[in-house]
Amino acid sequence: MGETGNNEIEARARQLMEAMVAGQPAAPSVRPKMVVDRFTASFGGAESLKNISLTINPRERLAIIGPAGGGKTTFLRSLNRLNDLEPGFSHVGRILLDGRDIYGPDVDVPALRRQLGMVYAVPAPLPWSIYENLIFGPQLKGAKGRDRLDEIVETALRGAFLWDEVKDRLKMNATDLSGGQQQRLCLARVLALEPEVLLLDEPCSGLDPVATAKIEDAMANLKAKYPVVLVTNNTKQAARASDRTAFFLMGELIEIGPTRALFTNPVHGRTSDYITGNFG
Amino acid sequence: MRLSPCVTQRIAVTILWALAATTIAVLLFIVAFILTRGMPHLTLEFLTQSPRSMGREGGVLPMIVGTLWVAGLAVMIAAPVGVITAIYLTEYTREGRLTDVIRFGADCLAGIPSIIFGLFGFVFFVITLGMGFSVVSGALTLALMVLPTIIRTSEEAIRAVPRSYRDVSYGLGASRWDMVTKVVVRSALPGIGTGIVLSIGRCFSETAAVMLTAGSALRMPTSAFESTRTLALHFYILAREGISMPKAYATASVLILAILAINLCAYWVMRRFVAKVR
Repeated sequence: MGETGNNEIEARARQLMEAMVAGQPAAPSVRPKMVVDRFTASFGGAESLKNISLTINPRERLAIIGPAGGGKTTFLRSLNRLNDLEPGFSHVGRILLDGRDIYGPDVDVPALRRQLGMVYAVPAPLPWSIYENLIFGPQLKGAKGRDRLDEIVETALRGAFLWDEVKDRLKMNATDLSGGQQQRLCLARVLALEPEVLLLDEPCSGLDPVATAKIEDAMANLKAKYPVVLVTNNTKQAARASDRTAFFLMGELIEIGPTRALFTNPVHGRTSDYITGNFG
Repeated sequence: MRLSPCVTQRIAVTILWALAATTIAVLLFIVAFILTRGMPHLTLEFLTQSPRSMGREGGVLPMIVGTLWVAGLAVMIAAPVGVITAIYLTEYTREGRLTDVIRFGADCLAGIPSIIFGLFGFVFFVITLGMGFSVVSGALTLALMVLPTIIRTSEEAIRAVPRSYRDVSYGLGASRWDMVTKVVVRSALPGIGTGIVLSIGRCFSETAAVMLTAGSALRMPTSAFESTRTLALHFYILAREGISMPKAYATASVLILAILAINLCAYWVMRRFVAKVR
């Protein structure tokens, strides 16, 4: 009991220190979910991310904005180690999830990716039924039994605000859904894994305003349970659907802060140029 | 003088239509030519009896059995090897000199005339490995012959699976093996199946390669190490030696109908499978 308490305090202290090292004002009550600590990512020697440090807190939506080629997606794909698959990828620095280095030697990468549910820019349902799409991940994790799977499917679809629209046609091919429904299915598919963090890579880039609103509603609802990292090209979306915003430019983190502050009173000139559309 | 787009369009459509119609017409003509001559002699007796007096009388049952043996065995050997090679080439290696060499080799193999495969099979399987004229020698030779087709069609099918499926699988925590077996191969199965069906057809109709390896025994094969005569070879011998043209046409009809039946079955299975996947 006492030992557990000590460990707890130690872990807290370590995380606070890490947060301070990372240059983040760490509110003492918040224990960051993820800490990115001086992280540099390179592909074949060319640095795509330069010395990035930031934290991702529980129950927050962190938006990442910036022009194309600024490293937003690379950053997101570093968080769940998808970049490992690219030829010539290497990194320096650390990324901690609940205090553990995700690039550590004994990390089970598939299990890690299940903890960091990712939704891609283009809705990418697998060419199977809605039901099969949703149980694919849980089955890899070892979920079995019709009742258990049914329950996972329903919970996930409800979480993505899709249940009412598809509950009677779970056997239908997922590729026959509309674009917005497909994207919510992809969101449900990662929710079915009960992840620790949601990573959304421009999830609304191909969607109309109504479908976008539905995804944003789901995100607002989900942040109570999961921190959400949202990469977006749409600064208005960042302004309305996030709690904090980070601005990436040419692989560097220029500025990060509460969304309202960043949008009303950006510290950095490049940030204000970008959000007001005077870029370049 | 320039033609108006409308006229150009009409000319193009006419030419394309005419060429396509010619292809179909030639195909139908060949099939009809053989079937009209063969069908009158294609009786139940012909299908269920052994040939008598070198095939002048009786039926082709041993040839049917022999063809099924040789072609079936060949595809059972070539399909797994070919599909696994394709998976290796597309999913487990990075593009490089090795993959280029393997691919170039497969393309070269695909272009080699079947009689050369027959000669190789004769020298290597029949003589060197001492398998003699047998179902196994024939099947192994045919397997080598259709392997490039299976590798290349499977490779194309696997390559056509969208990259996003791979990202999604990894993102959902699939290992490479999960991704390959549960997502990529599953999506590519219709294409892989098409390649295998084409190969079955080639095995059924191959003559030169089996002549030199499976032999031309007229009796019913009772083991994989006995010689046999396939339908295509039987047809060739009946026609070439002038033994009996009616029997030759009847044999050819059996061959054509068998290939038609296989293709129809395969497409039906594939359609059902695709419907299930979609």
